[in-house]
Amino acid sequence: MTDLTSSGASLLVQDAHTKKRNCAEARFKAYGLAAIAFGLLMLVILLTSIISRGTGAFQQTYVTLEVPLLEAKLDKKGNRNLADIKKVSTFGYAPLMKAAFEEKVAAAGIETSLKSKQMAALLSKDAAATLRNFVLRDIEVIGTTVKFEFLTNSRVDGYLKGRVTRASIANDKNINAAQLDLVDALIADGSLRKRFNLDFIIGADASDQRPEAAGMGVAMIGSFFMMLVVLALALPIGVAASIYLEEFAPKNWITDIIEVNISNLAAVPSIVFGILGLAVFINYMHLPNSAPLVGGLVLTLMTLPTIIISTRASLKSVPPSIRDAALGVGASKMQSVFHHVLPLAAPGILTGTIIGLAQALGETAPLLLIGMVGFIASNPPDGITSGLMDPNSAMPAQIYEWAKRADPAFYERAWGGIIILLVFLITMNAIAVLLRRRFERRW
Amino acid sequence: MQDQHIASAFDRDLESIQAQIMKMGGLVEDAIRLGAQSLDTRDEELAEKVRAGDRAIDGLEELINDQAARLIALRAPAAIDLRLVLSVIKISANLERIGDYAKNMAKRTGVLSQMPPVNDSAGSIRRMARTVEAMLKDALDAYIQRDADLALDIIARDEELDQMYNALFREFLTFMMEDPRNITACMHLHFIAKNVERMGDHVTSIAEQVVYLVTGVAPADARPKADKTSVVSKA
Amino acid sequence: MQNQTAHPAKIAARNVQVYYGDTHAIKDVNVDIEANTVTAFIGPSGCGKSTFLRCINRMNDTIDVCRVEGDIRIDGEDIYDRKVDPVQLRAKVGMVFQKPNPFPKSIYDNVAYGPRIHGLARNKAELDDIVEKALRRGAIWNEVKDRLHAPGTGLSGGQQQRLCIARAVATEPEVLLMDEPCSALDPIATAQVEELIDELRQSYSVVIVTHSMQQAARVSQKTAFFHLGNLVEFGETDKIFTAPEDPRTESYITGRIG
Repeated sequence: MTDLTSSGASLLVQDAHTKKRNCAEARFKAYGLAAIAFGLLMLVILLTSIISRGTGAFQQTYVTLEVPLLEAKLDKKGNRNLADIKKVSTFGYAPLMKAAFEEKVAAAGIETSLKSKQMAALLSKDAAATLRNFVLRDIEVIGTTVKFEFLTNSRVDGYLKGRVTRASIANDKNINAAQLDLVDALIADGSLRKRFNLDFIIGADASDQRPEAAGMGVAMIGSFFMMLVVLALALPIGVAASIYLEEFAPKNWITDIIEVNISNLAAVPSIVFGILGLAVFINYMHLPNSAPLVGGLVLTLMTLPTIIISTRASLKSVPPSIRDAALGVGASKMQSVFHHVLPLAAPGILTGTIIGLAQALGETAPLLLIGMVGFIASNPPDGITSGLMDPNSAMPAQIYEWAKRADPAFYERAWGGIIILLVFLITMNAIAVLLRRRFERRW
Repeated sequence: MQDQHIASAFDRDLESIQAQIMKMGGLVEDAIRLGAQSLDTRDEELAEKVRAGDRAIDGLEELINDQAARLIALRAPAAIDLRLVLSVIKISANLERIGDYAKNMAKRTGVLSQMPPVNDSAGSIRRMARTVEAMLKDALDAYIQRDADLALDIIARDEELDQMYNALFREFLTFMMEDPRNITACMHLHFIAKNVERMGDHVTSIAEQVVYLVTGVAPADARPKADKTSVVSKA
Repeated sequence: MQNQTAHPAKIAARNVQVYYGDTHAIKDVNVDIEANTVTAFIGPSGCGKSTFLRCINRMNDTIDVCRVEGDIRIDGEDIYDRKVDPVQLRAKVGMVFQKPNPFPKSIYDNVAYGPRIHGLARNKAELDDIVEKALRRGAIWNEVKDRLHAPGTGLSGGQQQRLCIARAVATEPEVLLMDEPCSALDPIATAQVEELIDELRQSYSVVIVTHSMQQAARVSQKTAFFHLGNLVEFGETDKIFTAPEDPRTESYITGRIG
């Protein structure tokens, strides 16, 4: 009983071995925390830069003018015939706007050396078209004076957002100091201001000369139709293939090869699918170029392995006791799969599908090859068929396109587009998580 | 505590084996009564019946043993169920011995009826037998009602039986000394009286089993032994 | 001769062999299971009793490497005949598993599933009847009659197992196979299920695999002892547990071999 130190050591004193181990564990925890902190830091930096640069795109500068819609200019015959009124092009509206601008300046008591043409140049080149559409929608307004909010051009917009300063306009031929003075005066007057720009979200893309009018809307519709195609094709094919592989396929080497290949497909670079789409869908099958249908088909091929893999994982997670119970009661293999296994695997399948869709939503490379980029589609499609078959763009492609253009206003819009895309992705992932939480069963 | 087991077959088995004990007890009671009666009334036919009836008693003991073995093997009884089965085995053994003594009593009737009666010893023996029979009936009642107090009471009453035997022993000695022709009859009668006293001891043993069944411990006090015949008396 | 007509065999197995790949798991088993009797299969782990049980309703078909040879007849018909559809067989031969596995549906739907897929009810009223009858047979009607649409997985372990028994009897089987039905239950629930099995034998032939000898002793009328894939002894339960014939049986029952 003299060996108390070695064999009868007190529990209240930590021995060297335990101390070393505890230190190692504490160090490991510290490394883990540091890694997480680093990741979070990067995330914060990313989000900050996106938000700070992109939120500007959601606001646009407008000027409010009172425009007399002279019947003499717009409806010469005076019989309110829509066909005749349509014949008046935007050129016919331009003088009305010039006059309105002059009115505004005079009424506000602003002194300026600019001529009316230069004043009107402050407006967006799109402004006349907007006014014309307004009139065509409601021809009864002809003859009245309407208070209309016009989009200003991108230089004015940039001035209000800080992109354009008095120093930077030295070499810029689109704007001069006198125009900036006028802008300041109009701001003081209250008729020129920045406000929330819904058109950025729902409007169509615009040409190089009119960045202020560019919007994501049509690209969103293009993305939507593509996702529709992906959902309609990838989900049934993927789930059916998965069910067959998991439940019915015989366990031999052919099945093994198929499984290996599917896993590999998930790792194939997306641009390869783009080339495939170009070669097969466009060149061989002669489907229309740049159509969301083709984009959807290509993305289906890309999303299929993801859906198959996640479906298989969900099917595998259904415990075999449920299958045994179903077989024991006298269900056939098919009945046990469709009545019992599939409903239990459904939440997992749904989650996998939504995540696959979210990934497909953000794919750009394959779309480049099939031509869904760089296309200015000005009108939203009329119906499902035109939605699928008419040339269109997609959100990520649109962002890429804007980022390419020279005008810094487009750059701002690219960041804004990224915000919209991120909102979609986060929403879809949140739905996936919600669904999984809600339907997960514990047995 | 709930009366019934979740497995109703277990209850049925236990009831069945207890019913067998009661049946066996009834047969033994009859054997005692009829055996003593045949002795007193010198009825040889009745004695023959009693002797034949012992076979049924032996058969029941074998049946009860088999049933008890089956109960233990199949049900692994615990606590009160275990004590019940163990007590049943012992009680059936005791009853079988009592039955044997009754048969023995009936056997000697045949011999004794050839000889002249000795005083009223047959009557005394009959009275003893009645006491034993009452004790047995009470013991079986105590068993079925799980009445430990009644059982303890029966254990105390054995003393009375022992006193009756002592008295008869001295009486027989007197008769034998008075008239040597009585010796054969008295010897037989003595054996019979001894057997009845032994019956009482077995009934006491049954009562002890009842106490064990109800309380879980055998009765603490040694049973009162008033049989002083083997002790050398001072007087 | 007289014995055979008095007790016709419900299930007759002759020369049954089962192979898992190359392993000879069940060797030459011959046994007759009687109608309206509880027959217990006992034996150490891995002796083949569950394997043999699963041959009776052809659940071994789901395992690719498993091969069954020999003759198993129910009511005289060979169940491994090519014309026999295992699905139909399993409506006639119900099964209850070791771990209670109710479907994650309502109690009503759990019991109604079997009759639905076999088309046993023509309308809702008939189906309600079948469900009630089955739940009564499973000794669980009184506990669940007010919450038939609650999920089956919300019941306690013993109740779930009785629900699984009710589910198995809902298809009006003639034979009930039970693979260690009480091993996941506490003693009270076990006793309740055993009492239920005792009632069930009036309407069905029950075969129960159990690793608890005491359970086999309590519940069955006939017992079969399996050892290393062989059927060593088969006889009346009380004889096996009081005076078995084969020394191997005696060794197992007295706890002298594992």
